[in-house]
Amino acid sequence: MADQAAVRPGRLRWNPPLVVGTVLLALTGVTVVIASLTLRGTAEGLSADTAQPVSAAHWLGTDDFGRDLLARALVGAQASLVMALAATAISMIAGVLIGTAIWTAPRRLREVALRIVEITVSYPELLIAVVIAAILGAGRWQLVVAVALANIPATARLTANLSGAIHQRDFVTTARLTGVPRRALISRHLLPNMAEPLLIQLAASFSTGLVAMSALSFVGLGVQTPDYDLGRLLADGLPSIYSRPLEVVGPTLLILLLSIGAMLVGDGLAAAADPRLARRPAGRAAVTTRPRSAEPVPESQQSEQQSESSAPVVVRDLVVRRADGTSLVHGLSFEINRGEILGVVGESGSGKSLTALSMARLLPDGLTAEASALRTGETDLLGRPSRRELADAVAMIYQDPGTTFNPALRLGAQLTEVLRVHRGKSTVEARTIITDLLAGVHITDPERLMRSRPYELSGGMRQRAMIAAALAAEPALLIADEPTTALDVTVAAGILRELARIRDETDTATLFISHDLGVVEELCDRVLVMKDGVIVEELSREALRAGDVSSPYTRMLLESVPRLSGHGAVRR
Amino acid sequence: MSGPAEGLAVDGLTVRFGRGVGATVALDNVSVTVPAGHTVGLVGESGSGKSTLAKAILGIVPIAAGRVRLDGTEVSGLGHRQRHAFLRRVQMIPQDPYSSLNPRRTVGQTLAEALDPVRARVRSHRAEIEAALAEVALPGEAIDRYPHEFSGGQRQRIAIARALITRPEVVIADEITSALDVSVQAEVLRLLGRLRHELNLTMLFISHNLAVVEQVSDEVVVLYHGEVVESGAVGDVFTRPASDYTRTLLAAVPGQR
Repeated sequence: MADQAAVRPGRLRWNPPLVVGTVLLALTGVTVVIASLTLRGTAEGLSADTAQPVSAAHWLGTDDFGRDLLARALVGAQASLVMALAATAISMIAGVLIGTAIWTAPRRLREVALRIVEITVSYPELLIAVVIAAILGAGRWQLVVAVALANIPATARLTANLSGAIHQRDFVTTARLTGVPRRALISRHLLPNMAEPLLIQLAASFSTGLVAMSALSFVGLGVQTPDYDLGRLLADGLPSIYSRPLEVVGPTLLILLLSIGAMLVGDGLAAAADPRLARRPAGRAAVTTRPRSAEPVPESQQSEQQSESSAPVVVRDLVVRRADGTSLVHGLSFEINRGEILGVVGESGSGKSLTALSMARLLPDGLTAEASALRTGETDLLGRPSRRELADAVAMIYQDPGTTFNPALRLGAQLTEVLRVHRGKSTVEARTIITDLLAGVHITDPERLMRSRPYELSGGMRQRAMIAAALAAEPALLIADEPTTALDVTVAAGILRELARIRDETDTATLFISHDLGVVEELCDRVLVMKDGVIVEELSREALRAGDVSSPYTRMLLESVPRLSGHGAVRR
Repeated sequence: MSGPAEGLAVDGLTVRFGRGVGATVALDNVSVTVPAGHTVGLVGESGSGKSTLAKAILGIVPIAAGRVRLDGTEVSGLGHRQRHAFLRRVQMIPQDPYSSLNPRRTVGQTLAEALDPVRARVRSHRAEIEAALAEVALPGEAIDRYPHEFSGGQRQRIAIARALITRPEVVIADEITSALDVSVQAEVLRLLGRLRHELNLTMLFISHNLAVVEQVSDEVVVLYHGEVVESGAVGDVFTRPASDYTRTLLAAVPGQR
């Protein structure tokens, strides 16, 4: 899978936020650590230079006791840094353990634990930290514990949600059945598959933890004098903020640098973990289908003549390119006549779905289609057809009937949408038309189907409803992209019969895409066999049925079709 | 294995989902026998209870009535440890090759875990793993690669190798070709057909496509709404189907001439 390829372990894609954040954190961190080792004397020793302004000796001046403010801020930051790291470590370890353990626990315990985690998440972290700090009393380690405890629920919930999703995957079930011990199940299967979100959570809890600790110290619930951290220093500077605003500059700056640095790292990690963000080409125009430019002259003359063709669907020299210029479909040309079903067959990656998507102007981001002619009915798909024109020209039936409908809406509203929105029909008119069409695709009680929600229907019923909706706009071209692949054989046979009936009863041109030559030879009048973006062979149904194919690739596909041997047919 | 192995026997199995009045019967008094060295194809459409039967055998869903026996020993009522031993003798190949392999573990690590669930060290089992990969016609260097470097068909072969590496007494293959292209399906079926004879597999092969079942099975059981409507040797059922439902299924197979 492509997106898994992109998040291959051990490979990090650097991006600007990640670089800036890492540099910021590293520089600040190193400065703070060096300062805490060398400047402690300057920061804590009293001197006669009290309340000095900014000078070469004291970059941020001194306080009322003659202590260098910059040194104090840096040494204080070291305390804050250590505490924030400790709190983050505690909250991450505890949160991850709780989150993963929930999913290896028996179901009843799991349900209870999940509810408890959800309830605790609903309280603001800072509020929990304040309450815990108030109970534990003021002090360094109390502060760490308070902030760590407050951060646990968020991490636990994130981990539990992630584990829940991973837990349903087959490899976890298989591992459990094999007898993999619980600890190994977590360390081998759960944790590695949620590393990125957890890293982001790590950066976020460090950043919020640092700010929360500073806030608690600031209000007096945290570190107490003579100890000091950034929050304590801010509190110390507060009384004289109008007379000597310099005192708060150091601590404020360090809090900002550290938390922004951590936030940027988190942001950068999130971007690095999301392969779609990394691969998206910058600033590309939204034109996905456009006329072919710079084509050889003879070819263009030829295509001009051919685009005069009376066929309702004309495709000439269709090329689909990736953003980097590599082409995935190399110059495809075909026509579909009225009342004809054209099959396009090929394995995954042959470009058959891209061909269909470029005709519906639905190519995914980053892909562009060019052609010297691309016409459906009266609509030139190379121009900028309006949505309405497009709705009249092309309708699509998708592979997975489970995901084509919005699960929250009743089918009536979804099925009549095209008619209401693009044809300006009233709700009543639209419902009548759709009801007739549903009856046409052999749905026994169309009224009841219109009132139901998608989950109440079987896959076959949904696919029939999809076909009815596609026909509602009386499109010139019906594209069926593997419409039977997700269905059982018996149900699939019914859908194929419907498509054949539509061809016989209407003028619709149909483009039928499949990887199964058995299905195609059952239904299609003409078949294009595609491989690696080119047409390998064009066959009539008769030739296909007779096994009269010339290309070895077609022969291989034909021999792949599982056929019954003893039932009327002779095995080839 | 003890004496003349009798394989896997499911006897009067009933599975219900839910409780009381609202309960639905997923499997109703289903009996299936997979004799040692034989492959039994289990056919039916979605919702017929095929996958539930597989899960009931493995103990993932609770059984309301009936028994599951492996070589004459009843499976339900086994202690924790014996259950683990049973689960090592029965291996399941899942349907979706994209979900059945951990994307963060190399092929070698995945296979090593099947051999040794606790330590899962590749180094101590390298030879065995390479042999298992060779069995499914994958090169030995596949051992250090990650699942995403393989195509769907290759992944399914890895999943098969993973199930077979422990030399299980029974293999349950749940729609293992349904997520694949027809051409890849043919390749996986050829592989399975070969392994079945080479390793003398005892296999429960679940599919909704009769033509696929016919290629790899000795016997076939047709399931409809949780009940067995027909069973028998492949030749008999396919040439002289006794039930109307089987006839519908046969007629639905595309590409008949």
